[in-house]
Amino acid sequence: MSESIFLDIKLPNETGYLRLLGKIGEYLAQSIESYPGDREELAYHINLVLTEAMANVIRHTEDTKSGEGLHVTLRVENRKLTIKVYDQGRGFELCDTPEPPPSCLAEGGRGIFIIKTLMDRVSYHKYDGGHVLEMEKILF
Amino acid sequence: MLTTIESRDAVTLIQIQEERLDAHNSSDLKGQMLTLFEEGKNDMVVDLQGVRFVDSSGLGALVSGFKNASARNGNLKLCGLQPQVESMFELTRLHRVFEIFPDEIQALKSFQE
Repeated sequence: MSESIFLDIKLPNETGYLRLLGKIGEYLAQSIESYPGDREELAYHINLVLTEAMANVIRHTEDTKSGEGLHVTLRVENRKLTIKVYDQGRGFELCDTPEPPPSCLAEGGRGIFIIKTLMDRVSYHKYDGGHVLEMEKILF
Repeated sequence: MLTTIESRDAVTLIQIQEERLDAHNSSDLKGQMLTLFEEGKNDMVVDLQGVRFVDSSGLGALVSGFKNASARNGNLKLCGLQPQVESMFELTRLHRVFEIFPDEIQALKSFQE
């Protein structure tokens, strides 16, 4: 793969922009011509992962007075897609998220499970006074 | 959130007219379902034919509706799932919680059986 793409995105920290961020991820995935798998499926998954990550940041920063907005970077390089989502909120625990049992009727808590299931590597750590959620997808 | 709500005999049919059911609009759906429960409408079919994308918040709103219906001796069933939406139910194992039908006709008919 010779493609190298880098996107640096800043958005207001509002759910009204979930669709825009998801669509950007979807278009990026569709444009990776050398991806050997189903590009439409990859596009859907990246849309979903970005939506879950952004919604998570909004949830964890709603009680802070951060006017920073949301900062996301997407990088396609060296046969992998790396997404970084930065936040200035109180942070959250990226604990071991087990597969939900078949009868699980919890209304929340599936977002991180979905991200961890669809991406190959997920980490969350402190960065520059805030945090960064880093997600990696091996493209082939 | 854009929805069409119709009564079909004793069952309420909710057709979601949005391409996405996500953290931006899922609380609207939850609120609309709660209003219906308060009116005593405890049997529902949610038609997802027009929905192309659902996230964990959207799934959570449907689970909330399912739990509310069950608590009132009713039922909330789903129909018209697009393949990508169906794959989300499978990923989260929720396809084992909900009764899912191909279309509204079959979903509504199941309440008569």
